[in-house]
Amino acid sequence: MAVGKSVNRMDAVAKVTGRAEYTQDLYKPDMLVARYFRSTIAHGKVTLINVEKAKNLKGVEAVFTYEDVPENKFATAGHPFSLDPGHKDVEDRLLLSQDIRFMGDEIAIVVAHDEIIANKALKLIHVSYKEYKPLTFPEDILKKDARQIHKGSSNIVGEHEYAFGDDIKEAFKKADVVVQGKFKTAMVQHCHLENHISYAYMDDLDRIVIVSSTQIPHIVRRLVSEALNMPLNRIRILKPFVGGGFGNKQDMVLEPMVAFLTLKLDGRPVQINLSREECMLGTRNRHPFFIDVKTGIKKDGTIVARQMDAISITGAYASHGHAIISAGGSKQSSLYPHVATQFHARTLYANIPVAGAMRAYGSPQILYAVECATEDAARKIGMDSVEFRLKNIARQGDMNLLSGKRILSCGLTECLVKGKKFINWDSKVKEYKKYKTGPVRRGLGVACFSYASGTYPVCVEVAGVRIVLNQDGTVHVMVGATEIGQGSDTVVAQMVAQTLCLPYEHVMVVQAQDTDVSPFDTGAYASRQAYVVSNAVFKAASDLKDKILGHAGLMTQRQRKDLDIHNAKIIDVYTNENVMDMKTLAVDSFYHKERGGQLTSEISHKTTTNAPVFGCTFVDIEVDIPLCKIKINQIINVHDSGVILNPVQAGGQVHGGVFMGMGAALLEEMMIDTKTGRVYNNNLLDYKFPTFVDLPQIHHDFVETKEPTSGYGNKSLGEPPVITPPPAIRNAVLDATGVCINALPLSPHHLFTSFKKGGILDSKGDADV
Amino acid sequence: MTDQGFREIIFSINGKQRTLYIDIRSSLLEVLRNELGLTGAKEGCGVGECGACSVLVDDVLVDSCIYLAIWADGKAIRTIEGEAKKGKLSKVQQSYVKEGAVQCGFCTPGFIMASTSFTEKNKGESVTEDEIRKAHAGNLCRCTGYQNILKAVEKSIEP
Ligand code: FES
Ligand code: FES
Repeated sequence: MAVGKSVNRMDAVAKVTGRAEYTQDLYKPDMLVARYFRSTIAHGKVTLINVEKAKNLKGVEAVFTYEDVPENKFATAGHPFSLDPGHKDVEDRLLLSQDIRFMGDEIAIVVAHDEIIANKALKLIHVSYKEYKPLTFPEDILKKDARQIHKGSSNIVGEHEYAFGDDIKEAFKKADVVVQGKFKTAMVQHCHLENHISYAYMDDLDRIVIVSSTQIPHIVRRLVSEALNMPLNRIRILKPFVGGGFGNKQDMVLEPMVAFLTLKLDGRPVQINLSREECMLGTRNRHPFFIDVKTGIKKDGTIVARQMDAISITGAYASHGHAIISAGGSKQSSLYPHVATQFHARTLYANIPVAGAMRAYGSPQILYAVECATEDAARKIGMDSVEFRLKNIARQGDMNLLSGKRILSCGLTECLVKGKKFINWDSKVKEYKKYKTGPVRRGLGVACFSYASGTYPVCVEVAGVRIVLNQDGTVHVMVGATEIGQGSDTVVAQMVAQTLCLPYEHVMVVQAQDTDVSPFDTGAYASRQAYVVSNAVFKAASDLKDKILGHAGLMTQRQRKDLDIHNAKIIDVYTNENVMDMKTLAVDSFYHKERGGQLTSEISHKTTTNAPVFGCTFVDIEVDIPLCKIKINQIINVHDSGVILNPVQAGGQVHGGVFMGMGAALLEEMMIDTKTGRVYNNNLLDYKFPTFVDLPQIHHDFVETKEPTSGYGNKSLGEPPVITPPPAIRNAVLDATGVCINALPLSPHHLFTSFKKGGILDSKGDADV
Repeated sequence: MTDQGFREIIFSINGKQRTLYIDIRSSLLEVLRNELGLTGAKEGCGVGECGACSVLVDDVLVDSCIYLAIWADGKAIRTIEGEAKKGKLSKVQQSYVKEGAVQCGFCTPGFIMASTSFTEKNKGESVTEDEIRKAHAGNLCRCTGYQNILKAVEKSIEP
């Protein structure tokens, strides 16, 4: 039984020995280096550019500007193609741009023999601009006479509205109390340790090979073909080991440029390796949201109505655009399915860096507001925060009114019960009553989430798997699902081992991907892979098992149904007799002169379900009011992700998500000067993501349900852990201090202003106690 | 002796003596990766912020991206490539594998060098969680929340 066991990661040894090869470790001896020339203003137009000096510098091969690139505007979001024209991603990007839409926009590119020369050449480029006032606030962006950042857009990328449940007006009439709040989330950055890097070369007169750190090899191939107007079979994407992505590599970023450059330079290899500063400024970020929430509740603790109006800022280019807030806004229907809900959202352009996909895709923003509002509602009627949630959350069998699908597995109640017990909720609620005055106070917080296991029915969900039997009875597996560090190859191997009844060690999943040979799959996003792949793997492995047993039948003149595989041996199901080992079978199938062949199975499977997952965060904190500091005493995330395929690796996913959530709650924020659009802290020194010493131990637990729509009972896990730490911590600060802070992060700076406003700090910063 | 911006350095790398003629502007990381093909140490920032490039110089943990290669003259360098010996992982490496301390793996070579230096320094001593955390504060990881790395280091230090 491989599923459910904490086997070691397939690639762990390669990684601990430094032998795993990432894009930066691959090298062509004659590789050229390209570097972008970026704008130093946030909004405007280049009126003049002079690159002559740069071109003439020794060691510079070429300089290209916006005048040299195709006029073909393209989309970059890593979405599968949609047959619905209304669902197309916004095509608003050129390889280089004369119109400047954020500070750091790409105007020109230098190709040189090495980085030092390229950097020198950048200094020799001269530009003049016509400048416009940067638009950074929703009020300014939406003004009637505001300049259109993209012509014809009115600065709105998308807008939609939905409602489910009873009529919202009627529902609010039933409420005894109505609670309102305005919430704001910060722009945060993925900070995957491996920056964006790609290189391209041509291995034929008209064939481009792109080696890239990407989450979406097959999608990138299509997007590059669209951007450069080239046939698909002339583009090949290779994905080596990837040093993290968290959504930022679910976007086409460098690939079309390196492809363009190699095309222009006679097929010579050209690499772009972004510096950390460029990666934080010029790739993607998490969309900041502004969210108004109105909640109607009855005195008995039933939430009856909820109305939300949300704005998402996508920055200079659409990238994933309105899809983020649409997806984020759709998860509450499986969290609070009985609440009449109305949701309206808009996505706006702005002269700030581009936002795109990031872990949990809009849910951390929306559910932050939902779970803060839920807390405020519970407090308003004086009900215990956990009891209040238990009264309103989803249960197995509930109808998700937005999707029209029943919730087939839901362990959220049990998650809340487990978390509550772990944190010692009831006794601490009593104990902490003593700590609600004075300079150092204590509080407890909770927040719940629901998330999905893929993107269906908004997007197609397709997974490809190929399994081949090797000559010695081991198997090789190729999947289109993309390993980026989350461990998907490992769980695929476990699934295959389980169904083929082989030891885990006999299954090898090919890590590197090559669009010339890897089966089609749309890639690593939406926490979809283990779920969407599960049915494909189950089918392919079952099919191969049939073929193996069929061949064993041929060899032994037995019926297929009389045989089975057990621990890499063919056995007789009636007598348990060991008929032969896999190696004997494999050798025969490959080399017998008349029968058999290479036993192989290949499946492309579409998933037409999408299982919701659930969970919660519980946190116990201490707030030092004069120091404006939050100390987390204890934190736990409890998840219902269906069957847990690999407890140790699953725990790792939860830790990483909770850590990222704590960072977003307490420290992380891309700081932008709203007047100039300048980013202050696009480096790892000034952008404070938590180090080893900044955080406490991270606890986790699971409530294992069995999801019937999944091949192995599993549901999604990768992204969800990041969602609830911020609202849980905000709710704990409220519990400790009585001050509602409705903006992230809860950094000392924000705590100071909020505590002063809340009257618990005087203007000199002394605690008012 | 420098010669048009180049200079000869002699140093030991994972126990083997090497002589190289290098550009005096190169960092140790560049020399390891580009001249010696030792690509285990990674570049995550190039300016001393992330620790992905950590190696040991005379058993001291350094960010090789901000350590000039010429400073390595006469010194002994240890990199991740030298840690597994005769097909066997070091105890630190084994613990990282076992405890699930590896995800994307990009920070891993640097972390393992930090843990190696820490465990060697504290051999036979009992250490606190705080000491482990401090000893790794210069290495950033964005995947693991450091939780399983903490466990792995605890396991590596057990006798
Ligand atoms: S690459 Fe050396 S510290 Fe980041
Ligand atoms: S494992 Fe990915 S950065 Fe540490």
